[in-house]
Amino acid sequence: MHRIVILGGGTGGTLAANRLRRTLSSSEAAITVVDQDDRHVYQPGLLFVPFGLAHLDEIVRPRGRQLHRDIDYLQVPIDHVDMEDRTVTLGDGQVLGYDVLVVATGAVLAPEETEGLTGPGWNQKAFTFYDPDGAVALAQALEWFEGGSLVVNVVELPIKCPVAPLEFCFLADWFLQQQGIRDKVDLTYVTPLDGAFTKPVASRRLGGMLQEKGIELVTEFNTGEVVYSDSPDAGGRLISYDDREVAFDLAVVIPVHNGAAYVGRSPGLGDELGFVPVDEHTLQSAASPHVFALGDAAAVPVSKAGSVTHFEGEVLAENVRRFLDDRPLDASYDGHANCFIETGFSKAMLIDFNYDVEPLPGRFPGPVGLPLMKESHLNHLGKLLFQWFYWHSLLPGRDIPGVHSAMPTAGKDRQQLVESEATA
Amino acid sequence: MTTDTIAGAQVELNDEGFLVDPSQWNEDVAVELARREGIDPLTDRHWEVIRFMRAEYEAKGTGPTVRVLGKTSGVPVKELYQLFPKGPAKLAAKIAGIPKPRGCI
Repeated sequence: MHRIVILGGGTGGTLAANRLRRTLSSSEAAITVVDQDDRHVYQPGLLFVPFGLAHLDEIVRPRGRQLHRDIDYLQVPIDHVDMEDRTVTLGDGQVLGYDVLVVATGAVLAPEETEGLTGPGWNQKAFTFYDPDGAVALAQALEWFEGGSLVVNVVELPIKCPVAPLEFCFLADWFLQQQGIRDKVDLTYVTPLDGAFTKPVASRRLGGMLQEKGIELVTEFNTGEVVYSDSPDAGGRLISYDDREVAFDLAVVIPVHNGAAYVGRSPGLGDELGFVPVDEHTLQSAASPHVFALGDAAAVPVSKAGSVTHFEGEVLAENVRRFLDDRPLDASYDGHANCFIETGFSKAMLIDFNYDVEPLPGRFPGPVGLPLMKESHLNHLGKLLFQWFYWHSLLPGRDIPGVHSAMPTAGKDRQQLVESEATA
Repeated sequence: MTTDTIAGAQVELNDEGFLVDPSQWNEDVAVELARREGIDPLTDRHWEVIRFMRAEYEAKGTGPTVRVLGKTSGVPVKELYQLFPKGPAKLAAKIAGIPKPRGCI
């Protein structure tokens, strides 16, 4: 009997485990999932918490309950992986042997890596909505905010969901108008990139939207230090490595991300930041053929996003089965990503792209689908509805009708599609 | 894509001014590319970073990001910004004749 060990019981680990369980019987393979806690967070929901539009009890569920009953779930920290012995040593001393290891432990926030950020103003004057506690603390701060400069800062890429900080800006613009204080607030988006987003066409579109909403854009700003004011009435300053400064009364900071700490304790498994390099099409590690990775934990040239993890999951499950059967891997992930971008006032925009094709206008998944690269109420409803699909379709490893791993091209602007493929 | 004569050699540059073929690079090309970016002369410290970038590219197929450079090159991030102003990873990659780092995704 094959032994499959899956590290991480979040989006990637859960859907990989359930997908594998669907096609491998209990006599063919034992599947074990390990995670250190029992809080499975629907992470796209965190964006809405600071504005009182979602509450933690609606977006957090027990991890074990999302897994098929024939999957073993261990709630214990991971100490390290030994790829030569093909074992995982757990925090309680238990050692698990594996034939296939799936790394799905995501990314962790490292605010302490930015000088001064976790000083006396952390969670008082500067917040992050990228973890549940931070999102709740920020909700309280926004409720009491009376005006001044609100600065949203991405410290460095890669981060989870690179569009979420922009969505936060758009929603903040809406929220402050609802509060009747938009004219008392300078809203600024500070990014290390040379534009609003990474991909050129989408970057121009999103940059234009920031401008329309009166949100200032500061580019190529690499935050080296955060200095909090001694006065309780003043916030502080972001200082870049090249000595530029942005003052804030309230800062929303997306800290740098690393892979899980045990990756660094596992010889050969991860890169300098603790992410696991895998082949960008098969998701198999070059360091050991028995190791696969998906989701935020994987070092592949694609956004760290739930949709990416979902599409990778289909490919990963197929390749794990092929590997166990001694068949060549040929299931191929194309870098497909698909993101709803909440733009405020009950509207959202949708972007769809892969390794070779940047986000383009058109419709998704086909010519009569949701509008791409355009704000619409329909996309906002799609974003809200998605949470249902997440718990009931995506995690259990069922296919969502019309949405597949490979990026669809049928609904996309043909002229631009040809140009995009030509330059890739 | 444009063809340009740099330090007496014909090289292909992409729209952002990066060498299309890293094998067309040599030290004279680096000196000229740096001069065009306003870095003149290249000091030993610059060369340390440039050689590190090329070694990383040869080993991994992509250049490192600023944070990885700061952690692994032996040159602290603050100094990287002094050596290669604004975007050290991008600028050092350009002068080292390797593609723009893929970290920005």
